[in-house]
Amino acid sequence: MNLFNDLLNWLNDLFLPPAKSTLAHQTDALFWFVHLSSFVLTIGLIAVIVYFIIKYRRQSEDEVTPLITHNNQLEVTWSVIPLILVIVVFGWGYKVFVNQQVVPDDAYEVNVTAQKWLWRFEYENGATSTGQLHVPEDRPVKLVMSSNDVIHSFFVPAFRIKQDVVPGRYTEMWFNAPDPGEAQVFCTEYCGTGHSDMMATVVVHEQGEFEDWLAENSGGGSKPDDLSPAEWGEQLTQQNACRTCHSIDGSKMTGPSWKGIFGHEATLSDGSTVTVDENYIRESILEPEAKIVEGYQAGLMPTYQGQLNDKQINAIIEYIKTLK
Amino acid sequence: MANHSSSTSHSRFLQHHFVDAEQQFDAAKMGMWIFLVTEILFFGGLFAAYIVYRMLYPELFSMAAEELNVLWGTVNTVVLIGSSLTVAMAIKSAQKNQVKNIAINLGITLLLACIFMVIKYFEWEHKFHLGIFPGEAYSFEGIDHPKASIFFSLYYLMTGLHGIHVLIGMGLMIWLLKRSLQGDFNSEYYTPVEITGLYWHLVDIIWIFLYPLFYLIH
Amino acid sequence: METAEASSNLKKIQVQRFKPESDPDETYLTEETGIWSWLTTVDHKKIGIMYLASITFFFFIGGLMALLLRTELWTPAKTFIEANTYNQLFTLHGSIMIFLFLVPSVPAALGNFILPMQLGAKDVAFPRLNLLSYYLYLAGAGIAVFAILNGGIDTGWTFYTPYSTSTGGAVTTMTFGVFVIGFSSILTGVNFITTIHKMRAPGLTWDKLPLFCWGLYATSIIQILATPVLAITLALVAMERILGIGIFDPALGGDPVLYQHFFWFYSHPAVYIMIVPGFGVVSEVITTFSRKHIFGYWAIALSSLAIAFIGFLVWGHHMFVSGQAALASMVFSFLTFLVGIPTGIKMFNWTATLYKGSIDLKSPLLYIFGFFFLFLVGGLTGIVLASIALDVHLHDTYYVVAHFHFVMVGGMVMAFLAGLHYWWPKITGKMYNEILAKIACAIIFIGFNVTFLPQFVMGSQGMPRRYFNYIEQFQPFHQVSTIGSYILGFGFVMVFYYLVKSIFRGEKAPANPWGSRSLEWQVASPPPLHNFHHTPVIVNGPYDYHKPMDEFQLGLAESGNGHGHESDAELHTDGKSIEAE
Repeated sequence: MNLFNDLLNWLNDLFLPPAKSTLAHQTDALFWFVHLSSFVLTIGLIAVIVYFIIKYRRQSEDEVTPLITHNNQLEVTWSVIPLILVIVVFGWGYKVFVNQQVVPDDAYEVNVTAQKWLWRFEYENGATSTGQLHVPEDRPVKLVMSSNDVIHSFFVPAFRIKQDVVPGRYTEMWFNAPDPGEAQVFCTEYCGTGHSDMMATVVVHEQGEFEDWLAENSGGGSKPDDLSPAEWGEQLTQQNACRTCHSIDGSKMTGPSWKGIFGHEATLSDGSTVTVDENYIRESILEPEAKIVEGYQAGLMPTYQGQLNDKQINAIIEYIKTLK
Repeated sequence: MANHSSSTSHSRFLQHHFVDAEQQFDAAKMGMWIFLVTEILFFGGLFAAYIVYRMLYPELFSMAAEELNVLWGTVNTVVLIGSSLTVAMAIKSAQKNQVKNIAINLGITLLLACIFMVIKYFEWEHKFHLGIFPGEAYSFEGIDHPKASIFFSLYYLMTGLHGIHVLIGMGLMIWLLKRSLQGDFNSEYYTPVEITGLYWHLVDIIWIFLYPLFYLIH
Repeated sequence: METAEASSNLKKIQVQRFKPESDPDETYLTEETGIWSWLTTVDHKKIGIMYLASITFFFFIGGLMALLLRTELWTPAKTFIEANTYNQLFTLHGSIMIFLFLVPSVPAALGNFILPMQLGAKDVAFPRLNLLSYYLYLAGAGIAVFAILNGGIDTGWTFYTPYSTSTGGAVTTMTFGVFVIGFSSILTGVNFITTIHKMRAPGLTWDKLPLFCWGLYATSIIQILATPVLAITLALVAMERILGIGIFDPALGGDPVLYQHFFWFYSHPAVYIMIVPGFGVVSEVITTFSRKHIFGYWAIALSSLAIAFIGFLVWGHHMFVSGQAALASMVFSFLTFLVGIPTGIKMFNWTATLYKGSIDLKSPLLYIFGFFFLFLVGGLTGIVLASIALDVHLHDTYYVVAHFHFVMVGGMVMAFLAGLHYWWPKITGKMYNEILAKIACAIIFIGFNVTFLPQFVMGSQGMPRRYFNYIEQFQPFHQVSTIGSYILGFGFVMVFYYLVKSIFRGEKAPANPWGSRSLEWQVASPPPLHNFHHTPVIVNGPYDYHKPMDEFQLGLAESGNGHGHESDAELHTDGKSIEAE
């Protein structure tokens, strides 16, 4: 019995990511019910076929086979039993689905905006974050989601939830993460070049810690005391998903790499050149369409007007200066 | 040995792989019926879109439909129903072996189809003149609704697709007319007339749905 | 010679048996020769072969793209191609494999060749239309290739709006290409349904119709009902791009989810267009190589129609997380489970057919057993995905990718290969190397599992599909999968090698190498130009393996053609033997 449990646990870890929401275990139970019963059925049917192949292999060329056209009893049996099984699976799946759909009344609401290729989160007190969703532990969280451009999909494997994010309408989902920690977010509706880099992290805070985070970020954020401006800038570029499109090692991604960019001249798509200085970087952050570097596509980078304040932009500039 | 040749008299239009003319006629007719089913589903997509948007914006549809000219829509309906009648008469003539009447009836059908298209042309032309274009080019300001262009996009798509079918039908009529003048058709062989007739009835029926859905809803 | 009676309705026909010449001087390949005789042929056999050559070409193109994709996935981020190239490649891989290979594979290639012969007909009902279908297919393929070379397409084969209406590239051209191919598919469907209804030889009643024909019949019904909706949907996407009509664009008041409804209304039934003809092949091969009457003829025949019917009502299961109403999801989920029942019935009936059979494990049957296992896995994982709660987690992950590859490649491609090996002697008149065929089958089976089993694990862990880059946790699975894809690719090349070689070096095939009772095997290999010199009269069913082989010469009506109009007449003759020409 122990061995069987060990085997199941091993399989569970192999197949499913760690379960980090209150509902995840409901999905997992159904997952294993369907898979194990399917497995038994597969082995059974294959065993019968293999047995027939061996037992009834052709012995001579003039063998005559009996005429067996049908057997109503048998055929009804193997239609009705699977029918009952699938109705069980359907009912079970629907019940779990309803639990996934019905948002508890006391849920904490966060607005989610998707666009190529980042996730932006807005909290009740005006705080915003990009690429990181901050939530309190052990409390239902409801996400109200919309897209600015094409369809995206918000997927948290550890929570077993997924919902398309559609332009022109709002979709909802909810989860409750009982323990502090982090969970990976993927975009699962194909949305173009940066689709596979459109990731985010759910950061589950302890209750008090979450309130602190909210308060700290309500005004748009200021530099934590223990970081230098450049270090803070680095943190900001990660939080705002800048690095989805801009590398720091010189490799070409959707946008130009930052490595050694500061102080150098860049050729623009209209043929003119510009020196990469503080003003240019600031303009590129706030009005990305103003100057497009040659060889890169226009219309991809969203504006960070209203998302980053002057101190934050300065910190990012300091950070870019350090990338020699 | 041509074993199958003994059963029925052979039309010179019997193809090699059919056993007899009846089988060939049945097959052709059935093929056309099945094709018409696909046509219904083809238009069905647009009708589904129509239903969805009419449910989303009911007030838009009754407002925008006022821009359509009921008189000319009605005339066109009568014209098209008339052409369905004449194509049926062409088939009847063929069955009765009235070879000359086949051509006459086909000729009238073709004429009615032309009249339909000419009226359609003037209807569209008038709308273009007002700035009622499909899609982004829409610039008419007479309808106070932000999504007004959707109604007319659907209008142009559906009547346009129907119009293309009328044009194809006219091409077929010209071909039939030519063959009937050559004396190809008689009571023994009139398969092309029969199946083109089926097609033409479908074109007519689709219009009978389009007409109330666009012209008669305000 | 013996006589037997074939009766249908009120008519009785006296029938004699005759045996067609087993080694005629003239075959469809030798009677009319030269390139022009191929390009302008209305012979269903030559058209079938032209389809076969074309789909083989596109299969290898699509396969090559798959190998490039798998190679790129060896490491996270860029291995050797850019993200945009990767996105175009997976779009093309999907579009080519679905529209240019899977949809026409069994129906248009094998079906064209075999269907009229199984019906005892000289050709399909509309031979010229058949040729037109082929040229429309080629034209559509040409337009698609043109689109690929002039801008490319990066939308995925699903063309989801508003991405497809806003992205760059040659999407409009591509939708036009698919539109034309769809038209080809519709005309083939019209042709086949009419053929099955109107071209059956006398005595070939519905309960003697081979199950391959039933499969094609169900497929054709789906083709004529679903494809027009795809055509109009893609036309709307094109209009959206050209005119900005706003039907699917939220910015103009349209609804992007409406597109998904339209698209899946076609594309889910399209899945059955791809698999149901495969079921037909399975029934033929399994009876022939077990020399056994099919178990539950009507259950298998009608379950194909049931799948075709229910298949139209389940499209919403692709949209559980799209934001459609929860009630709709519930209904679609329930109906999806119901598809599992007729599919299960087929699996059980095929297994029961083996019982007390005389099983000869030749390569076509080996491919069928490959099909059994892979399709079973594909089908059962379909049950997993039909469950809403599980689909919420697994939707758009590699689990789905693995699932549909198990059904499409493991199911359909294996069935297609089984059918190709089974009918190869009939089509070419040559035998292939049986040992190589068995080895290739094993390689394909192993390669396939190594490629796609790890994808189930990855998908359950949360690896999304259509990802150029991935987090490092998934790398070992991706690498195993990539190695598997090379094995799989090698297997397919091997099949190509020994089949093509057999055309030039193969042994001459007898008329009926497998001892099948079905009609197409009773004429010479390769068949004569018009299949049957006389319209045959069918006396025995295609699966009457309990009757001795010598009852399966063709029946021939002694007077008239058996079709006739003297519906009540009873025809008598003296039973004099008639020699075949």
